[in-house]
This record gives sequence, structure tokens and C-alpha cells, in this order.
Amino acid sequence: MSLSSRFENIEMVQHLCSKLLEGRDVPEELRHWILMALREGLANAIKHGNQQDQSKHVHLEMDIVGDTLAISIRDEGPGFDPEEVADPLAPENRLKTSGRGIFYMRTFMDDVRFRRHASGGMEIVLKKNLGAVNEKEGNPA
Amino acid sequence: MKTNVRDSGGVQVVELKGKITIGSGDVQLRETINKLVDSGKKNILVDMKDVTTIDSSGIGELVGCYTSVTNKGGKLKLLHLPPKINDVLTVTQLITVFDVYESESEALASFRG
Repeated sequence: MSLSSRFENIEMVQHLCSKLLEGRDVPEELRHWILMALREGLANAIKHGNQQDQSKHVHLEMDIVGDTLAISIRDEGPGFDPEEVADPLAPENRLKTSGRGIFYMRTFMDDVRFRRHASGGMEIVLKKNLGAVNEKEGNPA
Repeated sequence: MKTNVRDSGGVQVVELKGKITIGSGDVQLRETINKLVDSGKKNILVDMKDVTTIDSSGIGELVGCYTSVTNKGGKLKLLHLPPKINDVLTVTQLITVFDVYESESEALASFRG
């Protein structure tokens, strides 16, 4: 699926993900954090990747294989080095107004990977095990 | 997002309702707080009871508002944090930055202390 770079599309995609999770016995709490991570990934692609250029698209794939939800979000931007993203927990960064999106994705999902896609842009792949609910899923704090 | 501002004994109580997310509510929050600060209001209590969703952009705006008010010699405190927003602030260790209250009367009294 390809979307134009508009923030309004985030809710539509969250709705689609929610529908995908229907039928699975996914606790509301877990569903909430998955949708938040999805929101952060999409916002990152639209704002930082595509710079809100509506001629550029966000390419999205969502699937459940076995017990694992996998979400791929790819933008058409120049890409970035995730290792260079500042740690939002560092005292000097704690009061910054941005830079928490990737941290939230990593907190709420089991696996978050970044790569420069062969056809251009940055791809973020988010994975979450929908099986046994562990402590992290039940209480992200 | 909808906002309502009322004065309670010199404290500006800012009631937020709806989403504080990127492109929807984040800028509105900043503008509401900036307007108060620009008009000399220094004591601000943000009531989050009816906030349904917040994302990193909304959190960023909240932090920006806190810094902006503090830099002007004022105080910005939070009231009625919904559990999931509390979690979002906790994982980024911002919960230690904000003064958070469950009771409006206690929150208002804290500005006088």
C-alpha cells in the first residue's frame, strides 16, 4: 500500500492495523502500544523522511505470520543513520522538543530495524509477538 | 483538540480535550500556552483528563511549553494524567520533570506554596 505524505493518513492506517488485529486475542493494552509505535513510524516517514512533500509516498506493508505482527514502513527520503539519533534519556536531551519517536517504537515493539531500501528511501520494520503477553507488553512503564 | 482556559485564583487552568498528535493538537497546545505566557500569566495548570491520545510530537510540545513557561519565571503543572499518558511520560523519564496532581485543589494550592 502506498500513501501520500499527509498526517491525516496516520489514523486511517491505525484503523487498518486495528482491523488486522481483530480476531486475534490481542489485549487492549498491547493493541494500544502497537498502534502508538505504528503512529510514530508513519509520522517519522512523513515528517523526517518525506519532509511532508505530498508528491512523495509512504510505502506500507502489514502482516501477521504465526504469532508475529510485522509492519514495514518505507519513505522516499534521503535516509538517516539510526545510530546517530540522540538518546532522549540523556540529561542534555531530556527537555528537547523532538527525538522521542524512535525511542517509543523501540520501547513498545519487540524488534525495530532500519535499512536503506534498494529502491531508495529508509525502511523501518517493526515486529511484535502477539502470543504470550509478557511483563513488557502489559506494563511498558 | 479542544481547549478551554479558566482562571482559578490567578492560576490558569487549561483544559484539553481530544488528541495531541502530530498535525492535530500539537501546535494548538503550543499556541494556547504561548498566548497565556505572552499576556503575563505565569501559573498554568494543564488538565489532561480528557486527552484521548498523545504521541511523541504532543509530548515534545508539552515539554516545549514547560520550558517556555519556566524560562519566563512561571510554573506549568499537570493535572489528571490518564494512565497511558503517564506511561508515555514515564518511559522517557519526563514524569520526573513535571509536577503531576490528581486533585485540582491540591494542584492549585501548590502554586501558592
